[in-house]
Amino acid sequence: MNKLLFASFLLSGAFAFAEVPSTVAIHNAKIVPVSGPVIAKGTVVIRNGLIEAVGDNVPVPPEAWVVDAEGMTVYPGLIDALSTVGIPGAAPAAGAGRGGRGGVAAPAVPVVETAPVQRSWGPEDRPQTTSWLLAADEIQANDRRIETVRGSGITTAVTFPTRGIFAGQGSIIDLASSEKAAELVLVPAVGQYIALGRGGFGGGGGGGFPSSLMGVISYIRQIYLDADHYKLVKEAYARDPRGMQRPEYDRALEGVIASKRILLPANRVVEIDRMLRFAAELRQPMILYGARDAYEPAAANLLKKSNASVLVSLRWPAPPARPPDQEDTDTLRILEERDKAPTAPAVLQQAGVKYALYSDGLDAPREFQRAVKKAIDNGLSREDALRALTLSPAEIYGVADRVGSIEKGKIANLVLTKGDIFDDHTTIVMVFVDGKKYTPAETAPGGRGAATDEPGNPGGIQ
Amino acid sequence: MKKVLFAALVVLAPLGADTIVIQNATVMTEGPKGNFKGSVVVQDGKITEVGEKVLMPQGATIIEAGGQYLIPGIIDCHSHIAGDGGINEGSVSVSSMVDIKDIINPDDIAIYRALAGGVTTANILHGSANSIGGQTIVLKMRWGKSAQEMIFAGALPGIKFALGENPKRAGNPVGGRGAGTTQVARYPATRMGVEDVIREAFNDAKAYKAEWDAYDAKVARGEHPIPPRKDLKLQALKEVLENKRYVHVHCYRADEILMMIRAAEDSGFHVRTFQHVLEGYKVAKEIAAHGAGASTFSDWWAYKIEAIDAIPFNAALMARKGVLVSFNSDDAELMRHLNSEAGKAMKYGGLNETEALAMVTINPAKQLGIDKTVGSIEVGKDADMVLYDGFPLSDLAKVQKVLIDGTVYFDRDKAIAEQATKDAEKKRLQDKERAAQQKQQPARRPNQ
Repeated sequence: MNKLLFASFLLSGAFAFAEVPSTVAIHNAKIVPVSGPVIAKGTVVIRNGLIEAVGDNVPVPPEAWVVDAEGMTVYPGLIDALSTVGIPGAAPAAGAGRGGRGGVAAPAVPVVETAPVQRSWGPEDRPQTTSWLLAADEIQANDRRIETVRGSGITTAVTFPTRGIFAGQGSIIDLASSEKAAELVLVPAVGQYIALGRGGFGGGGGGGFPSSLMGVISYIRQIYLDADHYKLVKEAYARDPRGMQRPEYDRALEGVIASKRILLPANRVVEIDRMLRFAAELRQPMILYGARDAYEPAAANLLKKSNASVLVSLRWPAPPARPPDQEDTDTLRILEERDKAPTAPAVLQQAGVKYALYSDGLDAPREFQRAVKKAIDNGLSREDALRALTLSPAEIYGVADRVGSIEKGKIANLVLTKGDIFDDHTTIVMVFVDGKKYTPAETAPGGRGAATDEPGNPGGIQ
Repeated sequence: MKKVLFAALVVLAPLGADTIVIQNATVMTEGPKGNFKGSVVVQDGKITEVGEKVLMPQGATIIEAGGQYLIPGIIDCHSHIAGDGGINEGSVSVSSMVDIKDIINPDDIAIYRALAGGVTTANILHGSANSIGGQTIVLKMRWGKSAQEMIFAGALPGIKFALGENPKRAGNPVGGRGAGTTQVARYPATRMGVEDVIREAFNDAKAYKAEWDAYDAKVARGEHPIPPRKDLKLQALKEVLENKRYVHVHCYRADEILMMIRAAEDSGFHVRTFQHVLEGYKVAKEIAAHGAGASTFSDWWAYKIEAIDAIPFNAALMARKGVLVSFNSDDAELMRHLNSEAGKAMKYGGLNETEALAMVTINPAKQLGIDKTVGSIEVGKDADMVLYDGFPLSDLAKVQKVLIDGTVYFDRDKAIAEQATKDAEKKRLQDKERAAQQKQQPARRPNQ
């Protein structure tokens, strides 16, 4: 009887929130809690958006709506450790930059044009800086990407404003469908997103300062020197303002000071080395993102030694599209990079580096799944891949007490699949976010609902 | 008999032995020992003995160099290789806040190519887009090492200045590069303006220095004042005023060289080197009197208006007037044959071979203030040396081996031998990639 009711609820569509049952029991499922051993057959009870109980011998509460999950597997909801979902006008790819000698070239997808920027004449003009922005304040709850990304089994995203050098602070959000953006927010401020893009002669940023990588680095260095000085002067003024000129309010510095960690881009070994040193010089807790060449032993050693946290982009380098008869002129180094980049997660795992995987704009569920599978095919165990998309990012951002695993008391973010979550022919049957059930659309392009597309056709696009 | 013994020792010596003897070479020391035929002993990265006859240390690796020439590692006083993300911060007229040290790229293949051309040390400069450019750094071409490991320890950092056409171009849209663009023009647009930018920057730097000196004095007295704001732009210029940073000035014309000398002397700093300095022969006495070095080209000119009055005798003429002269590359390709550039000073101006070779070894070492450790083959100096198969000032001479700190970083025979392996690996990866692509794109049906 309960089952029948549930089915009719399904038909009523994903936006019928008012009818969401407060208690759900996923029954007879294989459970992969990540934080503990796999339960071959058990029950997860959800009440009021939280996990009330999990185990092989958990009674189904009489008032619960029951999902008979015989032959299915329950995973914790996936966490995308670096995303732009929900941010208006954001480019889907929050890339650490690829291509170009400097490794800091434009992202794969061009950033949406904004109003003309005032030409900057130096660090004092605070070029390309919106450090005071909070992703939580920018979230658009009706962003269609929320639903798309959720189709991958991603229930939580650490989403960032990504425009400029100091782009602003990221927020952790649950990928629920809601009319109120505030309902999505788990943690409003997790750290400052820094990119090393540059304007330059005729480039962005109004053609002003900084126009080179060294200019960007010197600007960031000056900002932190200024922040230290600003704090000193403000403290002195607060102690005794009499006879002292008041310090001028500087929102760029306020935003930087309010950030408890920074995210810095680094793909090549030299960039990893450079950014680890830079963060140490700035005395800021840091997360590296990109990590394309983290497969190199030198990179893994540096990361291990520095005890840094690393976010590895799932957008593996691929050969450029070229006509079949055109000669391949890429250097041995580039060829090696393309060959070995997907081994980076396995190498980092082996080296004992704290790392997580992130989608880097691979929104389409099929693309995302194949990217994770590629890491698995290149030596990463399924368990480690899952952890790198659940508990590990939760630990890196300090929220492992509420998301990242199936444990009593945690937020009920769950994925129900038929088959191993990262396998090609697995379907994602249901996704629970804050205890609310969603069904991935079967017909969505690149979707992983019941209808599967042919492997080798990325994104299912014809 | 002795040779057999040596051969046995070579076999026994551990890989990367700390002790190396290069024997039977024609050694051009550029030091007090002059040129001779004999041996050089290297221990722990330093030259420990130089002479016709040396004491053969136990367990040394022998490099037999009969018929070959050994010279000090070549030093390039002006290079732009090994940088990431641009070497010009051209958005502003004073970009002294930026530092090449932050963007060293040890993977730049130009490092390996320079090394294979005998270069062991290079002064990596900011570009010449603005009157006062960025901070510079001296690197050793330790190919395969990290960015930090390439830095020449103990070499004073520098800063790049630029005069003339390059820095004024961005400010002058009329018919210039900026014509027709909507971009805001950047001051200055004239040579007068360039001088003004430099003088004004040092007025600011002096005020900044005074502010910090006053603060430091208070701290020394035991007071606890709030420190002044640290300004990276003025900090670098303060270091110039305190003789902690060398000034390398890009210049061409005689009038601007004189202007620079006056501006520097008025502002209380010193020009370490004039770079390019193609009209230096006209004002050689004044350059020598200021105590500046000159780092020039051999016979490159007329590539722009301000380089029209250049002559190939420039280097020799300046040297004869007492200026410390070197040849530089300013270019990744030219950097690979600085030895033959030096040779041109023998043709134009009649310098002898020691004087000519000095232009790419001991002279740039002196200009960069690193001649205590490199620039010549002398006991106690770093074992940075190049072995050529023929007379090194000839463009027929090929580099056989390059040592830095006593380690062989380039070995021609080994490089050639390894090429086949690299080619095979490249082929393997290309085939693998092609196979993967074909697997992804199912074959078309035959009737299509």
